[in-house]
Amino acid sequence: MADLTPLIAEAVQDFAACNELPALENAKAKYLGKSGAITEALKGLGKLSANERPAAGAAINVVKQAVEQALNDRRDSILAAAQAKQLASETIDVTLPARAQSSGGLHPVTLTLRRVEELFHSIGFSVADGPEIETDFYNFTALNIPDNHPARAMHDTFYIDNGSDRLEYVLRTHTSPVQVHYMENNAPPLKIIAPGRVYRVDSDATHSPMFHQVEGLWVDEHVSFANLKGVVQDFLQKFFERDDLTVRFRPSFFPFTEPSAEMDMSWNGGWLEIGGCGMVHPEVLKHVNIDSSQYRGFAFGLGVERLAMLRYGVNDLRHFFNNDLRFLQQFIK
Amino acid sequence: MQFSEQWLRSMVNPSLDSEQLGHALTMAGLEVEEMTAVAPAFSGVVVAEILSAEKHPDADRLQVCAVKVGAEVLQIVCGAPNARAGLKAPCALVGASLPGIAIKQAKVRGVESFGMMCSAKELGIATEASGLLELPADAPVGQDIRTYLALDDHTYTLKLTPNRADCLSIVGVARDVVAMTGAPMTAPAIQPAAVTSGLSRTVQVDASSACPAYYGRVIEGVNAQVVTPDWMQQRLARSGLRSISALVDITNYVLLEQGQPLHAFDHALIHGEIQVRFAQAGESLTLLNDSTVTLKADDLVIADAQGPLALAGIMGGSPSAVSDTTATIFLESAFFTPDVMAGKARRLGLSTDSSYRFERGVDFGNTLHALERATALVLEICGGQAGPVTQVLATLPVRQQVRLRHAYLCSVLGIDIALAQVGRLLTQLGFAYTEQQGVFQVSAPSFRFDIAREEDLIEEIARLHGYDHLPALTPVAMQGMLPAPEARVSKHALRDALVHQGYQEVVTYSFVDAEWERTLYGNSQPIALKNPIASNLSVMRSGLWGGLLDALDYNLKRQQSRALLFELGARFGRSADGFVETLTLAGLAYGSAQPEQWGAPARAVDFYDVKAHVEALFTQPLRFVAAQHPALHPGQSARIYQQEQAIGWLGKLHPQWQQHYGLTEACFLFELDAEAALSTHVPAYAEVSKFLPVRRDLAVLVDQQVSAQAMMDEVLAANIGQLQSVKLFDVYQGKGVPENKKSLAFLVLMQDTCKTMVDEEVDAIVARILQLWAEKFAATLR
Repeated sequence: MADLTPLIAEAVQDFAACNELPALENAKAKYLGKSGAITEALKGLGKLSANERPAAGAAINVVKQAVEQALNDRRDSILAAAQAKQLASETIDVTLPARAQSSGGLHPVTLTLRRVEELFHSIGFSVADGPEIETDFYNFTALNIPDNHPARAMHDTFYIDNGSDRLEYVLRTHTSPVQVHYMENNAPPLKIIAPGRVYRVDSDATHSPMFHQVEGLWVDEHVSFANLKGVVQDFLQKFFERDDLTVRFRPSFFPFTEPSAEMDMSWNGGWLEIGGCGMVHPEVLKHVNIDSSQYRGFAFGLGVERLAMLRYGVNDLRHFFNNDLRFLQQFIK
Repeated sequence: MQFSEQWLRSMVNPSLDSEQLGHALTMAGLEVEEMTAVAPAFSGVVVAEILSAEKHPDADRLQVCAVKVGAEVLQIVCGAPNARAGLKAPCALVGASLPGIAIKQAKVRGVESFGMMCSAKELGIATEASGLLELPADAPVGQDIRTYLALDDHTYTLKLTPNRADCLSIVGVARDVVAMTGAPMTAPAIQPAAVTSGLSRTVQVDASSACPAYYGRVIEGVNAQVVTPDWMQQRLARSGLRSISALVDITNYVLLEQGQPLHAFDHALIHGEIQVRFAQAGESLTLLNDSTVTLKADDLVIADAQGPLALAGIMGGSPSAVSDTTATIFLESAFFTPDVMAGKARRLGLSTDSSYRFERGVDFGNTLHALERATALVLEICGGQAGPVTQVLATLPVRQQVRLRHAYLCSVLGIDIALAQVGRLLTQLGFAYTEQQGVFQVSAPSFRFDIAREEDLIEEIARLHGYDHLPALTPVAMQGMLPAPEARVSKHALRDALVHQGYQEVVTYSFVDAEWERTLYGNSQPIALKNPIASNLSVMRSGLWGGLLDALDYNLKRQQSRALLFELGARFGRSADGFVETLTLAGLAYGSAQPEQWGAPARAVDFYDVKAHVEALFTQPLRFVAAQHPALHPGQSARIYQQEQAIGWLGKLHPQWQQHYGLTEACFLFELDAEAALSTHVPAYAEVSKFLPVRRDLAVLVDQQVSAQAMMDEVLAANIGQLQSVKLFDVYQGKGVPENKKSLAFLVLMQDTCKTMVDEEVDAIVARILQLWAEKFAATLR
């Protein structure tokens, strides 16, 4: 029989010339197809004698395996090349910007109030609210503010036009009336904060006719003025994340608390006024039928914009109500 | 309340410097709002006398003066127009340092000059000056000018709380300084004046409960033209009062010193007896400020036989006012009760130093004393002879005893303060008390109008103990958990849900332009403010869209081109018995649906984008029903329902308002009752079916006007047992669909909880649906 060994080199050469699978399959036919050289040689084995056959068969098999090996190698290499080409063609610029969604955010007053609420909630305060159009009674009288008190003047308080001369409804000037509503409807012990909008007839660089306050109230049997100071100091330290903050009380006067104090907070080596506070006045408790011989309470009011300005370094109150997106979007987090 | 530090120190002089004294006042509740030095720091300036003034040889406007500054006489060149021989004026010696200048020996146009004569401006005690500061002839030559003019002084401005009327005088502040420091009181003693005139005037007090103490006296032979002495002018000026005339200055001085408002009438201009009474309606009076007021029946007046002379405790009348020609005065010192005075001055638009004090409470134990003090000053300054005091007294306020329990005091303040210390502090305050077994019975003095109950005393003790010495104690309390209702969504979570969809929160005013209410909400009778701060902030909003549109406008003017804004806040309406506030969540979308980007085609935001934003806030499905709203495009607006409840609106801003607000693109708005989004439900488990659902897609042709929602509602209303859901997944108009028709494709899911559904059952349901749609909507299968 003719030596088939040269077929190997020939096949390798043929296969190498194929760059795609169909061509490779065509090339394969020349060697391993029905009438391929190796197939034909195998068919010819039958014509050999029983003595010659094993050696001849073995020789053909060697060639066949070699050709098949060459075929498989080439097939793998074509597939690998094809895949590499596909991967290359699918490569993207990963540095292109992401498919963008709008980014929304909360108003800094909301961020501040959320922080205030979380901190007070952590020591058991609930959040209470009340109307912004208040009666004169809840905004003033029930808080022990006398009829002729200057705060009731039209240059301080917004009054609702009810078609008569009577000054019956006001835009609440503070969040303190929420205390009264809450105490009317809940029995002590009580622990609430009341955040919300308040209104005063005042508008300049440092005053807005609408702003936010948060009122705190704790009524229980044994709460003290020192506790008030403790709670406020704890709050401010946690709110500003500064353990070295201290609170200073200065004597003051509010009709609805006694003793009353202005709260100052240590800040950059000085003192900053941060709100008013005091022990709930017995007259206020009397208005809501809480027995002041058994219960007493403390209350405090903080300016929310003030807290936000200090916390976030905002230097102009007017930013809070202009709603300039360039300002607001600084608070996205 | 403004006053001179030195005046205060003449009555009590604690060993505190000016800063420390200010701090002590503030920490005791008398807040020092401002403390200003009377003069800036300077040194080396003395009282000097110009002995001679000769024209400078080489300068027309300069003079060469011989100036006596003590034993020495100096040659000084001076350009002041009023430099003249015999004038006494301040002189800065060589080596002196003035604000901004150091004085050196100098040659001025060739003439040696050994110092500088000074104006008030050069000393920094005035902002303008036209020449040398002229000193009185008796000024001692050589004395340091700071000593001579008492320039080491400050003006304190106190911001007093309304309860501390007792500190509206130097004596009052001094009393409190005594209480807070324990330093002794050194106020001058006041002696009754010798009565050397028999002249008097009778007084009739009709309104004795409004005026329970009235003292008056005639002083005859006064010189009303005398100049107010420098020391008095100086103290008044440093306490914020301008000198007017000697008699007026004296009454002002006593008002400041004693806290007692006084009034001096020209005795010759009073007719008959003095009456203290309420005005008769219709009476009028021309006041010292030349305004004429018409009096009401509850205005208290000082009157004579011819009518009102003065508004009691507020302001005198001009016809009986003292003047340069006054020779005899009637001096009044009275106590008008705070109850009667309260609010009167404000009602008349007159707030005076006098009314301010009477409204808050004047020491009724000091009325006569102040009259004697004023008498002594009149006699000293204006001369004259004092007549006897006429007094009319009724029932003065009685100070009730107030109980103070030591144990309660300690418990309320949260501190331990010794019993004896409490007693000491009460004594320092001038409070009389007895004490038994830890319970004090305390009587407040006549100058305190703010001590009526135990808490008032606790505040006094706390104040003197020092608020800054109070500990900050963490409260000890029962640790019950707070309720956590799972079916409630927090307001913060609701806000977050919008933020996560790209919305920016804004806060807009609750009071808005009445025009917004009219145009956007068809509200022609908004809730109006009596005293709005501006005409465009005059009514309460009945919806939040105006504020959102305003915020949009603000940002579009600053080159923003798109915005997603929301606000959570109250809207206001009327109810049968007052007003109703509804917490409202409103949003606005403007510009492109997505930020400008390479990865998605630019597309303007539309109704369905915003509808998705709204739906994402709710766990239960909402229903949107076409409806009309004044602010919205009639073909693109929907009322939003949750079950049967209308909870809000969604739509496109009406093109009319779009144009009105100058918006170049369409703007979409929504407004919801926030409460609807704040309640959800606690999940409840239901059996999960073991059998697979069957899906059929149905595409039908209907008229263009047919509502998809109505078609789905129709199917759901039929209560088909195995039907799970019907959802619209495609809308098509165009080739293959006749004009005025649309093709709607629905996905129908069916499932049986007990078995796998067979084709016949599925076909029957599909047929049923198609039949319902055919009957109701003339729908045909495509």
